[in-house]
Amino acid sequence: MSRISRGKSGGITRRGFLIAMTSVGMSFGFPRHLLAAMNPASPDGKVLPSEGDVYEPSLWYSIDTAGKIKVNIIRSEMGQHVGTAIARILADELEAPWDDIEIIHVDSDPRWGFMATGGSWSVSQSWPVYRKAGAAGRIALIESAAKKWGIPAAQCKAIDGKIVSNKGEISYGKLVELGLTRQFTEDELKTLPLKPNQDLKLVGKQVTSLDIANKTNGKSIYGIDAKVEGMVYANPILPPTRYGSKVVNVDDTDAQQVKGYQKTITLDDPSDSVTGWLMVIASSFVAAQKASKLVKVTWDAGASTKVSEADIINHGKALIEDQSKGSILDTGNVDTDSAFANASSDISEEYITDTVLHAQMEPLNALVFKNPDGIWEVHSGCQWQSLTLPVLAKALAEDEANIVLRSYMLGGGFGRRLNGDYTVPAALASKAMGGAPVKMVLTRAQDTQFDSARSASVQQLKMAFDDSKSVIGMEHHAAAGWPTQALAPGFMPKGVNDEPYDPFSIAGADHWYKVGAQKVRAISNDLAMSTFRPGWLRSVGPGWTGWAVESFMDEAAHHAGRDPLQFRLDMLIAEGRNAGSTPVAEGGAARQAAVLKKAGEMIGWGTKQPENSGLGIASTFGQERDMPTWVACGVQVKVDKTNGLVDVQKLVIAIDAGIIVDPNGAEAQCQGAALWGLSMALYEGTELLNGQYKDANFDTYTPLRLAQAPEVKIEFIVNQYPPSGLGEPAVTPVAPAIANAIYNAVGVRLRKLPMKPKDLRTALTQA
Amino acid sequence: MAKFILNGEVKSADVESDTPLLWVIRDELEMTGTKFGCGIGTCGACTVHVGGRATRSCITPVSSVEGAEITTIEGLAEKDDHPLQISWKKIQVPQCGYCQSGQIMQAAALLKDIPNPSDKDIDAVMGGNLCRCMTYIRIRDAIHEAANTIKEHSDEQNI
Repeated sequence: MSRISRGKSGGITRRGFLIAMTSVGMSFGFPRHLLAAMNPASPDGKVLPSEGDVYEPSLWYSIDTAGKIKVNIIRSEMGQHVGTAIARILADELEAPWDDIEIIHVDSDPRWGFMATGGSWSVSQSWPVYRKAGAAGRIALIESAAKKWGIPAAQCKAIDGKIVSNKGEISYGKLVELGLTRQFTEDELKTLPLKPNQDLKLVGKQVTSLDIANKTNGKSIYGIDAKVEGMVYANPILPPTRYGSKVVNVDDTDAQQVKGYQKTITLDDPSDSVTGWLMVIASSFVAAQKASKLVKVTWDAGASTKVSEADIINHGKALIEDQSKGSILDTGNVDTDSAFANASSDISEEYITDTVLHAQMEPLNALVFKNPDGIWEVHSGCQWQSLTLPVLAKALAEDEANIVLRSYMLGGGFGRRLNGDYTVPAALASKAMGGAPVKMVLTRAQDTQFDSARSASVQQLKMAFDDSKSVIGMEHHAAAGWPTQALAPGFMPKGVNDEPYDPFSIAGADHWYKVGAQKVRAISNDLAMSTFRPGWLRSVGPGWTGWAVESFMDEAAHHAGRDPLQFRLDMLIAEGRNAGSTPVAEGGAARQAAVLKKAGEMIGWGTKQPENSGLGIASTFGQERDMPTWVACGVQVKVDKTNGLVDVQKLVIAIDAGIIVDPNGAEAQCQGAALWGLSMALYEGTELLNGQYKDANFDTYTPLRLAQAPEVKIEFIVNQYPPSGLGEPAVTPVAPAIANAIYNAVGVRLRKLPMKPKDLRTALTQA
Repeated sequence: MAKFILNGEVKSADVESDTPLLWVIRDELEMTGTKFGCGIGTCGACTVHVGGRATRSCITPVSSVEGAEITTIEGLAEKDDHPLQISWKKIQVPQCGYCQSGQIMQAAALLKDIPNPSDKDIDAVMGGNLCRCMTYIRIRDAIHEAANTIKEHSDEQNI
């Protein structure tokens, strides 16, 4: 028996519970980490005390004497009901009743290992970990009961929070009360018997998501709601460029007239997250915001004050023309030169996407202070704690061990909160004030200006055909600002030419179609990189590579004189590298073909449409080849030729994500993702103007509204493959399906996102 | 000194008269269910009821609601059991949840004015409330569901 101590458990990796279990048995009372954690189902997020002693079969949960089970969740809640999905994986193996489950969103203690919520990874990566953790507890409880009854463990069964045998039954809580000491060797843990998938009871069933009730009564606590005694408010003043601006002069004479104004702090940021920023401190947010408008600042501006969207795009085009640039992915046979030399015909098209903003509903904020133990507490919603901690450490010139990120609900993540740069200004202001609590809230316009937007992109796609119009070669060249290069360069693999690439700025281009020789080249747009900080935005690379690939597939089908659906199916052959090489990807291209066929049926592919109406299909996979979720979209659109407006009347999604752990949550994710795809296809997109995003607020940046949401149908393909991810993939096929439907409706091809009425009108006059 | 009735209780706060109602509610009176989204009345996250009307509290100076009756999400129903809150939970409408207080308050005002709204009514009245997670399909369903519940209750009472 031992207590979990902060010091002992440091540095444990995601799979670290395998090791931890050998040192962790029973602990008493209230585990320390719970003091700093958040329960989404309790008022104000407070973790409820445990009853009596607790048994912690692994790092991932505890059971108390009342049988209540606290499941530790290292993923952030931002609308996916992630705790409800993950906790049930554990509860299922543990044979625990759902009503006994409490979700605990933990803080950034190193004991939890790598903490990030993104990439549609949460359920897929948690699946093996939490199943083994649940099984370990189940086995320990069975053995404990068997020992007490003096019978072999094989004569006991775990059912619904109890161990039963011919001797009677005993609850988990009672077993905890009697004391449990079971520990496992690593070898034992590796070979833990898991339930057969078909015996899973909670996985795939409807349960109540534990975070929902508090989201209907105002009791959920987001970062912006964080408070601590004695805190002051801060609102920043942002420099004219994202990088390189230096403060020359500050005059706060006018600000001093604002009641509650305290001072303006010019930040010195060793982490280069917020270079050139100032923080206006006041007794309320309103006063801080009012005063920040009145402080006169002059800067020596950075180099990007004149950069426009067109500059970024033109630079991308020039980079693509230069064959020496970029990284070439390993796609098997990358020698496309001979294919194109021998082709009897070929096609080449260029696709462009504009800059896209996150525009998450909760503006960026953070509350930071140094607590009496000398620890910097950072209270803010965050998607990537493990990336944010070292940035904070650098900014504060402090050891990472002395900084902790506390958990809050995220008022939208969408990738913006993967990059934790917004915690830095609050931390620096607090440091400048001797560790006093500083709560920073950005206005919407500031949030936008500081966004890590999805970079504009340029893509050139080429296809070579033989004389029977079969595809013998394909090239895909893509240039964009790379978020991973800006924020996490360690996550960049190397291509076959030994150059590093950002997988989140090219995945999707390495598709599952059999196209003969295939060259995929990813290029970092250095002008984008120096003008703004590119970010990961929901659906990342496949959100725009998929648009190009699937628009181009339709164009290729028309070139070949083939039906676009059949043209695709004929190239989706599960052979070689397209057979799928990981358990999640097993089945490969055949699974993509299946969702494509399904979406075709759902939308009524082949049925005749009225004038100016058309159907479109597209099929993609998200997010990477080793964890593909197969998805296809069908849409029905009606085009008003007089004004160029596109009315998406029906939207269907067929999706294969393996085992669906949380069906209701999965459907919600796909509904939202599909509409997100529609929003980016038609209604979003901003542009760089004088080095800044042109749009500042929802008056001109206009994501989809309720009235613009069409009928959406989601169908899941049922199978027993391990779960992949669901947060993003349904975004990816929507824009190309719409582009293809517009072509089928009125015969014009739009190759720029967003597809604006003006562009459609222009294309119609040129047609 | 601003003074008004919040969720049935008289409240006062020592703030400048041009302070937006939103920040008086959130920071002075420490009720954080009402959210800040855009600050210019375009997203609806800050929606509260002033004298029963849906109002964007982020652009409402506190001086303009002196003495008024204000209801926030915390005061919509004593036991969080407004028909909309019930249908919202049943249909599992919220995703990140940040806009949901505003959505529910806007929808509550809608049902008061139009007890049995059509899709077009919902489009028109809910159009000012942005949901970035885009759970719009479920918002629509949950409003219909709540309208039906209210209608069934009133039918029962009329029998």
